[in-house]
Formats: sequence, structure tokens, C-alpha cells
Amino acid sequence: MEFSAVIFYLFAAILLLAGLRVITAKNPVHAALALVLAFFTAAGLWILLEAEFLAITLVLVYVGAVMVLFLFVVMMLDINLEQLRQQFWDYLPIAALVAGLLIVQMILVLGGETFGLNPPAPKPAGYSNTKELGLLLYTEYVYPFELAAVILLVAIVAAIALTLRRRAGVKWVDPAVQVKVKREGRVRLVNLKPQKPQAQSEEDA
Amino acid sequence: MEQLQDLLGPAWTPVWTLVKIVAIVLPLLTAVAYLTWAERKVIGWMQVRMGPNRVGFFGFRLWGLGQPIADAVKLLTKEIIIPSGANRGLFLFAPVLAIAPAMAAWAVIPFTDRLVLANIDASLLYILAITSMGVYGVIIAGWASNSKYAFLGSLRSAAQIVSYEIAMGFALVGVLMSAQSLNLVEIVKGQEGGFWHWYWLPLFPLFLVYLISGVAETNRAPFDVAEGESEIVAGFHVEYSGMAFAVFFLAEYANMILISTLTSLMFLGGWLSPIPGLPDGFVWLAAKVSFILLLFLWFRATFPRYRYDQIMRLGWKVFIPVTLIWILLVGLILQTPYGHLFH
Repeated sequence: MEFSAVIFYLFAAILLLAGLRVITAKNPVHAALALVLAFFTAAGLWILLEAEFLAITLVLVYVGAVMVLFLFVVMMLDINLEQLRQQFWDYLPIAALVAGLLIVQMILVLGGETFGLNPPAPKPAGYSNTKELGLLLYTEYVYPFELAAVILLVAIVAAIALTLRRRAGVKWVDPAVQVKVKREGRVRLVNLKPQKPQAQSEEDA
Repeated sequence: MEQLQDLLGPAWTPVWTLVKIVAIVLPLLTAVAYLTWAERKVIGWMQVRMGPNRVGFFGFRLWGLGQPIADAVKLLTKEIIIPSGANRGLFLFAPVLAIAPAMAAWAVIPFTDRLVLANIDASLLYILAITSMGVYGVIIAGWASNSKYAFLGSLRSAAQIVSYEIAMGFALVGVLMSAQSLNLVEIVKGQEGGFWHWYWLPLFPLFLVYLISGVAETNRAPFDVAEGESEIVAGFHVEYSGMAFAVFFLAEYANMILISTLTSLMFLGGWLSPIPGLPDGFVWLAAKVSFILLLFLWFRATFPRYRYDQIMRLGWKVFIPVTLIWILLVGLILQTPYGHLFH
């Protein structure tokens, strides 16, 4: 067996196991971590397919940012495991439907040649799909790309607008004002007249 | 060497790669060990102390050069205490997750124009992706310890690292716009021509943002709120002892060296010599990395810790706008006849 084939089967096995752990793990944090592993091994498989840009972006965006925040939330939630287990069976029909659809899609892709789908010709050495992707994104698909960016921006603004509340009595100080503080604004020199110390020796005695 | 290649047959590539990995990791770990020594010495001198000066070799003190080895032996022989109620598996796995990305990133770091383990096209993206994994070690350590202080530390760290990663990523965008490549070797080659042609000059704001974000990313003072001894004891690694703690320590210092190397490669010309006549070589890279590491230590000895809201303000309201404006500026000027200023 070729070295790359060994790697492929190794990664595929890890990916399947991790995927299984996502839905079977009792603890939600373990499930989220299994999802991280699944993303990471999927990225490894994509690199084997020479889609290095997509693979690295998967790790950067999903593993490096999305899952961190996901984990963040899952860790802070006070989750009732029993209730969660109950919902697991409630959602089974919908899950079965999604799984069925996925299987149909996989059959269509894997048996592509019988359905008239031809695999792309292998690319010559030195072909950079990062460059090709960039060219397509910024020329042919520049409007959809910009639209997607604006939609995401709107979502960010909406999320902030929904959760922003102004509280009264916050002791916040503008950093620019803090920097400009001078001694005169904080310290007051008081000129006290010298006083004669009380004669205490008589009292003590 | 060819005889060996024939002997191993198809196993040659993995074995040879493994040899190269060891050739990178061993000097790296030695550098990490002696960086801890250098830190104690440098901060000692800055505070008019001696620093470690007792442990030497064969009866010679040698400025305390034996200290890191003595420390390693001590930590290796100490017990690893697992707190009650801790998630045992994840508790022990967290240090591994912290150090693995710090090591894996070195796969694409070029030491000279030919000395690189994997010269891939998207090496800058790879670095960005792999270093973004480092936060998991901290988060999982805090959660698995089953301790309030550790959890608070890990939450702080997660928010901080995710915030500063954005500014760091934008700083890299500026570099790749100037170099017109994602490949680190090409990026360094784009800076040829001596001190005034390195990218620190045309990309000066990005250089500063990258350097300071690097300090924040590695959880170093003055951005070390994830540890915050005075507030949350030691933050995410408060429950760790022995070698499990030492691995976190190693990861922090390995990350420092990594960030310093990246800054040298992207903004300070990597292995290129500052004066056009002198020969290029690894010596220059080592000198630049050492200089930036000195800055890291200097910051720690000089600045008081940032308040948490100040850290977030600096990251989101100062660094990100600065990088965005400079990227826009670079992009615009590259379209004019003055574009060569940024190449």
C-alpha cells in the first residue's frame, strides 16, 4: 500500500470515530472537542486531495475561531444531561431524514461517472489552487463575495445592537483623559502653619 | 547516504523526514531551556540582582548555565497531582495540546533560503491556522481542572487570544500584499537589498501591531491576565504540577521563539544581512530572533500588567482599525506608480 493511502485510511478512521463521538459523548464538552478533532482530520484529508487552501482555512476558521467560541459557551452552560438524553431520541426522525439525504448525496458523488459527473483532469505540478481560487473570488464572483461579506457585517451589527445595553452609574473613564492627567488635577498642596507641639511631659507625669 | 536510501527503500521518506524533524525540535527545546535561563538573568540584571548563578558543570559555576537542566530534572521527578473531580483524561491531554501547535508550526519555518522542512505555497496561512490551535490547551486546562481560578483564567485567555488573532491576521495580510506571496521563503526574498528594504519600514504600523499582538498571543506580561498571579493565583495552570506544568511552560517559551522568528522573517528580512555587501546566512536570523526575544523579556521587566478591559480596548478599538487603514493604504498605493515603495 502506498504511503498516502495509509495516511488516508488512518485519517478516515479517526474522522469517523470523532464523528461518532460527537453524537455519542455524554459530556457536551467532549462532544465539542470530538468535533474539533473531526474538523482537523477532515482538513488533513483535504490536504491529501491537494486542496491546501481550503484545508488550512477550515482549520483557521472553524477550529481556530468558531469552535473556540462554541466550547466557550458549552463550558459555561449548566446542562442537565438527562434532559439532553431525552431530546436525543425526540430528534431521531429528523436526524434520520438528514442522514438519508446525506447518503443519497454521497451515492451521487461517489458513483458520479454513472450519473454523468466526470472527475477533473489531474493538474500539472506547480499548479496553485490558492491563486486560482483568489482569481475566481475577486473577478468572476466579486459581487456575490462582497454581498456575503455585507450580510455577515449586518449580522454582527444586529447581534451587537440586540445585546447592547447602556447601564447607568458606570465608572468608565476615557483613556485619553486618563493619559492627560497632570499632577495639578490630582494633588492639592496645603500650606499649613507650623504648630507648636503640645507639652506632654506634664501630662505623662 | 545513498546506500542508506537503498537499504530503507519505501520507508526512506518518512525516516528522513523524521530525522529532519528531530534536527529542528532538539535545538528548539535547547533554545527554550536556555531562554528561561536568559529571562531570569536579563530580568535579574534589569532589577540589579544576579539571577541564577549557582548551578554549573563539573564544579564550575559558569554563570548558572546548569540551571535549566537542574530545573528540568526537578520537574521530571515531581509528582503530578490530579485534583479531585478533575476530568483526568483532558487534564493530562491539555499540556500536550498546548505544546503540539508550538512545535508543528516549525514545519514551514525557513532558516535560510534552502533550509526548510516543508516549503509549501501557503506557509503563512499554515502558521496562522496552526498557531490558532494553541488556545485549546489553555481552555481545556482551565475546564478540566475543576477549579474556579483555572476556569476564569482559561476564559480570559480564550477571549484575549481570539481578539488579538484578528489584528495579527490583518498584519499578515499587509505582508502578503507587499510580498505578493503566502510563501515565507518568497516573503523574505522580497525584502532583499539591506536594512532599508525590509518590510518594517513600509509596514511600520503593522510591524508594531504584530509585535505587540505577539506578546498578547503568548500570554506574556504585560498581557498575562490569563495567569494574573495577583488576581486569580496562576490562572489556567494553577492545578498543574511537575512535568504537566513544565510542558505549559515549554509551550509558552516555544511560542515566544516562534513569534520572534516570524517577526524576523516577515518584517526584519529573515536571514538577509542588513548591509548589502555582507553574506546572508542563518546567523542574521538568529541575531534578529534574539533581539526580539530580548524585547519580550524587557517588556516583562518594565511594564505593569494591563487591566482586562484595557486589553480588549487595545485589541479591538486600536489595533484592528490601525491594521485595516494601513491595509487599505497599501492596497491603494500599490495601484499607483509609487507601488514599488511597498515591494
